[in-house]
Amino acid sequence: MTELPEYRRPWWDRWAEILGEPRRRWRALDDRQRYQVGIVLRVVLLGVVVYIAWPLALLVLVLFLAQYAKPYIPDEYAWARRMLVPTIVLIVAVTYPFYVESLPVMQLFGAFPDVNTAVIMGVYVIMAIGLNIVVGYAGLLDLGYVAFYAMGAYACAWFASVQFSGQHIKFGAVGVGGSTPGIHISIWVLLLIAAILTALIGIVIGLPTLRLRGDYLAIVTLGFGEILPQVANNGDSLGGFNLTNGPNGITPIDSPGFFGISFQEGSGSFFTGPRLYFWFVLILVIITVFSSLRLRDSRLGRAWIAIREDETAAAAMGVPLMRTKTWAYATGAFFGGIAGAYFASFKSSTFPNDFSFNISAFILSMVILGGMGNVWGVIFGAAFLAYLNQEGLANIGHKLNQTFGTHLDVPLYQYGIYGAIIVIVMLVRPEGLIPSARRQAEFREGVADTPLYDTQA
Amino acid sequence: MATNARSENISWIRGFRRVSVAPAFGFALVALLLVWLAINLAKTPSDFASVALEGLTLGLVYGLIALGYSLVYGILELINFAHGDVFMLGSWISFTVAAHKIGLDAGSSGFAVIWGLALTLLVAMAFCGALNVTIERLAYRPLRNAPRLAPLITAIGMSFILQNVGLNRLGPAPVSVPNILPTDPVFSIGGHAYRWSSLIVALTTFPILFLLIWLVQRTRQGKAMRATAQDQEAAAMMGINVNRTISFTFLIAGALAGVAGLLYALYSTNIRYDQGFQLGLIAFTAAVLGGIGNLPGAVLGAILIGLIQQFNEGLSWHAPSSQWTQSIVFAILILILVFRPEGLLGERTPEGG
Repeated sequence: MTELPEYRRPWWDRWAEILGEPRRRWRALDDRQRYQVGIVLRVVLLGVVVYIAWPLALLVLVLFLAQYAKPYIPDEYAWARRMLVPTIVLIVAVTYPFYVESLPVMQLFGAFPDVNTAVIMGVYVIMAIGLNIVVGYAGLLDLGYVAFYAMGAYACAWFASVQFSGQHIKFGAVGVGGSTPGIHISIWVLLLIAAILTALIGIVIGLPTLRLRGDYLAIVTLGFGEILPQVANNGDSLGGFNLTNGPNGITPIDSPGFFGISFQEGSGSFFTGPRLYFWFVLILVIITVFSSLRLRDSRLGRAWIAIREDETAAAAMGVPLMRTKTWAYATGAFFGGIAGAYFASFKSSTFPNDFSFNISAFILSMVILGGMGNVWGVIFGAAFLAYLNQEGLANIGHKLNQTFGTHLDVPLYQYGIYGAIIVIVMLVRPEGLIPSARRQAEFREGVADTPLYDTQA
Repeated sequence: MATNARSENISWIRGFRRVSVAPAFGFALVALLLVWLAINLAKTPSDFASVALEGLTLGLVYGLIALGYSLVYGILELINFAHGDVFMLGSWISFTVAAHKIGLDAGSSGFAVIWGLALTLLVAMAFCGALNVTIERLAYRPLRNAPRLAPLITAIGMSFILQNVGLNRLGPAPVSVPNILPTDPVFSIGGHAYRWSSLIVALTTFPILFLLIWLVQRTRQGKAMRATAQDQEAAAMMGINVNRTISFTFLIAGALAGVAGLLYALYSTNIRYDQGFQLGLIAFTAAVLGGIGNLPGAVLGAILIGLIQQFNEGLSWHAPSSQWTQSIVFAILILILVFRPEGLLGERTPEGG
């Protein structure tokens, strides 16, 4: 456009672009310089992590080393090459409850997250990976993802609580007395039921709306995301029928369990409740990550990415747009439903107020921060932000107030902080912290973004 | 574009299949709504009339916000999520200036109220306009050539930032604004008073709307805005400074949000840090209902939404009542976007809306 040359632009106009400066500098470097800067950045990163806490630095160092060791693994052990990093991460994660107590306190962030927080982080990781399928793979901006989470939570609450006290149905529930009224189905079954129900809701929402252009679709999903919690809020007398118990929510919800051990109580000092919840959320996360990766490389996943990059070209190549997009929606909703159900059971309650637009934006900022389209980035973004949300912000705020003698209630401004994260990431590094190579190229070079479907009915 | 040609060529096939269902559904809905209104009118005519007047007033305030969405969408095709929060900050600055700095309250004399409010209006317009221009400069302009969803996501982030600025300034609880405008009834219908404050709010919006229409339709700057909205590159080739025109559009939109902020604070006498999100979405719905990018349409849509909201909350016979207002507004939004994305007054374009 009509840009003035740099030297003729006033100082305030140049200052306004300060956020774009790192990208411009980076672009100006040649390959050798980029390599050198990359090394420096890595050392700085390691230094910061060492400053924060040495166990974290050890983990980062091991991961770096594993990454560098990969090419030296002989070809006949190619499987080991793929499995190396995931195995290390898995071992560190599974044994986490055993050594968390003995970890030193982090600089700035305070104590490492306890096991309960880790469970919540896991739930958010599942949700973020689900949203990543919709936003990151298929390129459909979904601002109402919380609707799926709510649906999963309520599906779990209906079938595993005393909500429908007229019924007396029991199926494999652990830790429920014989005379307790209501429907009590085993949470393991319910996870699947909730996920399928939520996927169906996703299809129902998706079918009429997925023809819409990107930003209209975002608004429509936002609309659904606002309507569903309000229905939950007003659902204590839908024509006289108490569906959701209104603002009081549904509580308590049965906890999962097996062999007669309820996760709420746990068993002995080894299998404590939080540990059981943690290990099972880890299993869910592994299943989610695995299916997400396999889906990405499947025919369907490649169709999603094709649609994201160029809808018209994808349609010309024979990708059925509506069906593919609906599948993306249903799959994303499926994981949202699982996460919602597990979370509801973990908290043993579900309230309409848990499902505001803020949560949708929160999950979206996890996906954006980590790197749209890349599962590992999204896992990092989700775990980090969920940790900030649960403990980190309070700790940081406490530390800041101590240092500067202020009285700022940092957790109060959590959503402002996430908003700032969204803006800064979009301006400075729109592909996210750990991007997928493909997505990075799209943001660098731009993509054809004209939709094939016109929005006429 | 090839896509457009394609959809035009086969439009009669799709029309044959779809159009028969969608309008029938739409007409049925509208007919049901009208029947419901007619029954309410027959049952309690005075309630109906006063509710309709209040709805009109509220709708005009919504219209000012909706115009901001429509202006920005018209020129950038960007849903400026932060607009509602600019409006909220407009309410905040109006409240601060009028009640704290100038010291207006329910007992102020007529003269002081007029000059004080005029000053407040100017401050609010300037503040919100400048804020909106700054947001555009910092957050949207660097993403002008990015994928389409990038500025939308940034706008959501901006919205959260501004909302938290409001949270910092206003606190989490609603803040009550003194009754600066006279609250005596102008006239009353069957026991329901229509207050001077409502009348003044309604009447203030008209000159602003006419000024805006004059600005866009008759002035050189307005012509530049329309040209930029049509085709940025062609406009630049014709010697229009596109960046400045876009900044000007954001300035106008922000100033309108400032007016709306003041009027809303005076009208509802209650401001809250998250009003921007809620009213912003309602106003956005209004803009979509009227046909986004279409200025008269935004006002028409806003009046309709205001009426629907007040009818829903004020009528007695089978009204879903205020706890469903948001759901109804969003249902309208979804139905409009799915069945008639070009809105009531918008033209049917191949891109739709």
